[in-house]
Amino acid sequence: MQLQLRGITKRFGDLVANDDISVTFEPGQIHALLGENGAGKSTLMNVLYGLLQPDAGQIVVDGEPLVFHSPAGAIAAGIGMVHQHFMLVPVFTVAENVELGAESVGPFGFLKTADAARAVERVSAEYRLAVDPNAVVEDLPVGIQQRVEIVKALTREAQCVILDEPTAVLTPQETDELLSIVRGLRDAGKTIVLITHKLREVREAADVITVIRRGRVVAESVSPQTSEVELASLMVGREVSLVVDKPSLEVGEPVLRVNQLSVYDTLDRAIVDDVSFDVRAGEVLCIAGVQGNGQSELVEALVGLHDRSEGRIDLGEKRIDGLSTKGILDLGVGYVPEDREHDGLVGSFSLAHNMVLDTIGESPWSRRGVINYGLINENGQNLIEQYDVRATNAQVAASTLSGGNKQKVVLAREMSRSLRLLIASQPTRGLDVGSIEFVHRQIIQARQSGVGVIVVSTELDEVYALADRILVMYAGRIAGVVTPDVGRDDLGLLMAGATTS
Amino acid sequence: MSEPSTPSTGLSGSKTEDTLHPGTEPPDSLTGELRRRVLSINLAVTLLAFVLALAIGAVLIAASAPSVIESLGYFFARPFDTFAAVFNSVYSAYSALFQGALLDVNELREGDVSAAFYPLSETFTVSAPLILAGLAVAIPFRAGLFNIGAQGQMAFAAIGGGLVGFGLSLPAGVHLLASLAAAMVFGALWAGLVGLLKAKTGAHEVITTIMLNYIAIYLLGWVLNQDWFQREGRNDPISPILNESATFPLIFGGGLRIHFGILFSIGAVIVVWWMMTKTTTGFRIQTVGANAAAARTAGMNVGRIWIVAMLWAGAMAGLAVSMNVNGTDKVVTAGIVGNIGFDAITVALLGRGSPFGVLAAGLLIGGLRAGGLAMQASTGTPIDIVLVLQALIVLFIAAPALVRAVFRLRGKTADSLTIAKGWGS
Repeated sequence: MQLQLRGITKRFGDLVANDDISVTFEPGQIHALLGENGAGKSTLMNVLYGLLQPDAGQIVVDGEPLVFHSPAGAIAAGIGMVHQHFMLVPVFTVAENVELGAESVGPFGFLKTADAARAVERVSAEYRLAVDPNAVVEDLPVGIQQRVEIVKALTREAQCVILDEPTAVLTPQETDELLSIVRGLRDAGKTIVLITHKLREVREAADVITVIRRGRVVAESVSPQTSEVELASLMVGREVSLVVDKPSLEVGEPVLRVNQLSVYDTLDRAIVDDVSFDVRAGEVLCIAGVQGNGQSELVEALVGLHDRSEGRIDLGEKRIDGLSTKGILDLGVGYVPEDREHDGLVGSFSLAHNMVLDTIGESPWSRRGVINYGLINENGQNLIEQYDVRATNAQVAASTLSGGNKQKVVLAREMSRSLRLLIASQPTRGLDVGSIEFVHRQIIQARQSGVGVIVVSTELDEVYALADRILVMYAGRIAGVVTPDVGRDDLGLLMAGATTS
Repeated sequence: MSEPSTPSTGLSGSKTEDTLHPGTEPPDSLTGELRRRVLSINLAVTLLAFVLALAIGAVLIAASAPSVIESLGYFFARPFDTFAAVFNSVYSAYSALFQGALLDVNELREGDVSAAFYPLSETFTVSAPLILAGLAVAIPFRAGLFNIGAQGQMAFAAIGGGLVGFGLSLPAGVHLLASLAAAMVFGALWAGLVGLLKAKTGAHEVITTIMLNYIAIYLLGWVLNQDWFQREGRNDPISPILNESATFPLIFGGGLRIHFGILFSIGAVIVVWWMMTKTTTGFRIQTVGANAAAARTAGMNVGRIWIVAMLWAGAMAGLAVSMNVNGTDKVVTAGIVGNIGFDAITVALLGRGSPFGVLAAGLLIGGLRAGGLAMQASTGTPIDIVLVLQALIVLFIAAPALVRAVFRLRGKTADSLTIAKGWGS
């Protein structure tokens, strides 16, 4: 099925999310839609899938203009979407999830789940997806859950499958498997739309690439042979360097020693299982791993945010396990939380107030409990200039900023204290390339000033760009500690649970 | 227009922290949602909610007025009789309401200044405890806590304030302050317990405050039947009369009930405003209320801040009941709290959680109460209409989209949708 978007324009107030976008997706082709976060890819797909109505433009399916008022219309026209966040009910089986929304019922309203199960089997055999219709979704690995979404689309006779950032939650191996499945679908004549910001995958899988920037198509029918640097420049609109300039390593004494640390969830299952490592002054230790393998909990335990942990943690000469978060931060630990919106900032507060969130009780911001707002505002203004936060002034609410600028506010706050250890969890997730460069430079700068740095990241590119040593976590344990000269394949294997010999 | 958010099942997320920290509410909890909404309502919506409530109140007044019902009997013969009756009934009821709340114009014409200002004196007298109790709800509200327990905190505080008030002999002034202090301490203890339970066990404050309300109210009933609290020679639950030295002096006297307690009310509003906007305590309370996760990540002790907010709330509730114990009633009875602890929720919501908002809302509700009595006396319109008005105001404030729709205001249309947000998003 040929799918054409003609002059799609979508505005949200003053913001033009899609500005006269025209693309044609051909059958038997993998068409990658490449763009930074916020470039308008998701808006475009939501328009295509009937979740949003365009302000102008047309959707044309096989030469026939169609209007979708809801996803039901798009599904009926043969368009299937695999969302970045899966739309599955965890406690249902695969077959139940597949029939959800299109249940066929027999006499007395009984569900014909067996029919759905047969459909799953048929589709799964046809495209070699290996999905068991009777498995309960929450028991399945993430990669298989994603396949369930694909099966769901295929059982509804989708001729066009849209995959929205499909590899964000996958290991490198799972990514390879997914890409080969997608190639299989293409060979069967389906129209595939791959939305992503990952250059490597695009080059590997796509037949044709369209680059979107700030709501406009900036390059169409780009060949997948185009170099990564060139693609990145198209995405960002200027020359970018994908390599972080990193001076040679001068490590000092260990600043952080972690000994047999375990973290438990409320059911007493070990999320982090007997982990020991150290971080030396002036080095960047990257904690790599697929999301959800205990990295977040490990970091929370380090800064005293997890109350169900055991083991010994020393910062320099001082034992810090059991200390309050405040006590740990005061010893010179900077913490950039994984979820900056949720844990890092108070959206309704001004930037200036956010800059003193962790030091409000200290001189000079307050004396005897009375706050000196003059100084705080001055400090806020200085920091937004110093850290290049794009905001009119320090009085605007943090929630009005873009993701990159929010992260700069968090970094400014944490790095304006005197630090011995900086912990940055997913520091560039969801940021544009320009902000990523900035954040990486700041992290390297901290390293150069003799701070020990821990960076938790699921992006291999970031791990390779920053790390002096790489600690790989799998299922709560350390799968291995390697240097960045290790190959991607070997790192991928570690992330998938293979151990170093 | 706003972008519809795609619901996510949370399947792919790895965050499990909501279950890991007892006492942490998920950010999208219902109280959090309510808090976010109330704080985001603008003044225009508040005022229009009041206008809308008055309009619906007018319909009810007209529908229940005997003259209207009578004239409807011959509506087709003389329809204008009905319209006139409607206008007269609504006009006379509302003018009695407003005169009863502000100024008695007839008495003023006759030159009786004291009687003319009687309505205003009543408004202030009724408002004094409402404002303070409103603060007791508003302070925790800013910390993200919904304090339904002002009623119980006031009942418990009445025991302390009363005991010191009639049990001790101290010099005038000192005695009053001692009695007020005792009430504030008792109230703070009762409320602090809620904060402590929330911080240590994660018990939801709505549940604990409701339960503690029952306990405090029955405790007060029991205490009133004990030898050491009950007035000698009485079998009914009533305390001895407070010593003169422990009561608020009247400001004007001469039949006007207004006493110096109202100045304590206004003073408390200023102190709370200062605390909330100028001190680290206020900063922390607002941080925890706006984003408890970020507060914890920044090293704040969220549990302690909840306790502090509840201690302030309890102290305000204690001062609120003192307006009755040491001011208007001068005794402790089982009904000393009245319904003030619950009206306080209205006041706090109407005042959008800000101290001066609470002051304005307290005066408004107090005025409606005072005026309602006058309205009932002079026009026979039942005072219940005032309760209906009050309920309608809260209803419209809780549903700002409705008010915006009626008055065609531009605003976030997604407001009405967010409450149905899915889990895990």
